[in-house]
Amino acid sequence: MSSVRTIGTVAANVFRESVRDKVLYNLVAFAVLLMAASYLIGQLTAGQDIKIIKDLGLAAIATFGLMIAVFIGIGLVWKEVERRSIYSLLSKPLSRAEFILGKYCGLGLTLTVNVAVMVVAWYGVLAYMGTTVPPDVRAAWAAPATDLGMLRAVGLILVELMLVTAIALFFSTFSSPFLSAGFTLGLWVVGHFNADLKNFEGVVDSRAAAWFAHGLYYVLPNFSAFDIKQQVVYAQAVPATYIATTALYGGVYIALLLTASVAVFSRRDFK
Amino acid sequence: MDAIRTEALTKHYSIGFWRPRPYLALEGLTLSVGQGEVFGFLGPNGAGKTTTLKLLMQLIYPTSGSARILGAPVGSVEVKRRIGYLPENPYFYDHLTAEELLEYFASLFGYGAAERRQRASRLLDEVGIGGERRLQLRKFSKGMLQRVGIAQALINDPEVVFFDEPMSGLDPLGRREIRQLILRLRDRGCTVFFSSHVLSDAEALCSRVAIVAKGRLVAAGPLSEILAFQVHGWELVMSQVPAAVLECALKDGRVLKALPLGPDRYALDLPLGTPPERLLADLTSAGAQLVSLTPLRETLEDFFVRQVASAQSARGLEEGLE
Repeated sequence: MSSVRTIGTVAANVFRESVRDKVLYNLVAFAVLLMAASYLIGQLTAGQDIKIIKDLGLAAIATFGLMIAVFIGIGLVWKEVERRSIYSLLSKPLSRAEFILGKYCGLGLTLTVNVAVMVVAWYGVLAYMGTTVPPDVRAAWAAPATDLGMLRAVGLILVELMLVTAIALFFSTFSSPFLSAGFTLGLWVVGHFNADLKNFEGVVDSRAAAWFAHGLYYVLPNFSAFDIKQQVVYAQAVPATYIATTALYGGVYIALLLTASVAVFSRRDFK
Repeated sequence: MDAIRTEALTKHYSIGFWRPRPYLALEGLTLSVGQGEVFGFLGPNGAGKTTTLKLLMQLIYPTSGSARILGAPVGSVEVKRRIGYLPENPYFYDHLTAEELLEYFASLFGYGAAERRQRASRLLDEVGIGGERRLQLRKFSKGMLQRVGIAQALINDPEVVFFDEPMSGLDPLGRREIRQLILRLRDRGCTVFFSSHVLSDAEALCSRVAIVAKGRLVAAGPLSEILAFQVHGWELVMSQVPAAVLECALKDGRVLKALPLGPDRYALDLPLGTPPERLLADLTSAGAQLVSLTPLRETLEDFFVRQVASAQSARGLEEGLE
């Protein structure tokens, strides 16, 4: 059996587990509810309603996706080891690398489906809003309510979530869920302020500190690069090359993290 | 080619956080298991049985030494295609049913959908899981999980199967069914390597056994050989035994103990050093009649207890010297 098929089999099981997990259903339901709430807020804010719904929708997709990526990602490997289900699984014809990649792809698939459900619900709300607004107000909008250009931001949110998943998976190969959650969320927060590290020399006198900050800038993931929410909501142009470069950056980072995860996991003893 | 071969297989763990010290889980285990054998790997709790099985499954890596299964190094995907493994106290995915679990594992071997269903159904029948197969595994009792664990170990019709405490959690009926299953596996040429501390299972099933204690191999060989040389006396049962002759034999030490079984009928324990023929001749010439003469052999349990006790005292002595 090819590696791709083995990885797919493990991934399908992760997806099935996520789908049967009631926490996941709650998150999706909550995201849908939040979007409905954003619609209500929009009704109270004359003239700005569509922008608020667009903003809140994208923020909800990113936040709920982040929760799924972190809180399921950190348990992906830990749960198998802690419950000892990994003993039977690893005695089957699959390598530890295939196990890790299968787990990652399974959560990736879960996230993609979740984001897709949220996006459909979000566009549904926007489409409905569009029909309730008078034509003269609609004519003043910079972009239509269901502007497909916003999918560019959704695409980068998905890449960001895949990166968060890779970080959570990496930490879960060697530490407890509590620590993994702390490390992953910590990196996510630091990663959103990463751009500040580049300009650290303007704030401190120490050359060593500036070099250190500069080094961190290149090592830590730059999550702010994935955030183009404001641009798409205000229908500003985002070059396709920027999207492609950022997605490639995310892809390379994910590949490095998965390689490190496989390296750590392959050497691990299951006592 | 041996089904299983280990060479000086050793595993040390480091225990303690601030001042780590080595803990010897397994020391220099060398053994081989031929194809088609039912091999019992025996030892008390903490002897190193599960450590050995985990090393053979490459769930842990050896500190030194090596192991091969069917001639290939352990851990390779090709070896895994040909083996099955039941871990100790198995636990599986809560969200799956027994049927789904087996089909999931079958899909890792590349079987098609129809084949997966057929194998899962046959094996669940074989281990006695009926209508419960469509229940999620979170609702299963320990014994039922054990049965599912045995079924998943056989999903690929393995050439070598490793069972870690296969009878654990099973009721007497279940134990008998699993014993019969192991004998059926043997009959179709499968090598069965199982760890246990239930010696009656080993006596009933194994062609060869190894005993480990405190991480070291203390004895290995065919069960018949291990126990054949452990005759420690004779039991002579006779009827119509004249009281005077019996009293005399007890006095001069030719009979160690006389257990009355009825009027003039006794079970006599004779020492190993004295040939029983002379006493038998004396008693029969005095009018007694022979009922039976049986060599008193050590049971596997006696042997096990003696070997483990001597290994533990040797290890204690070593640790004391260190």
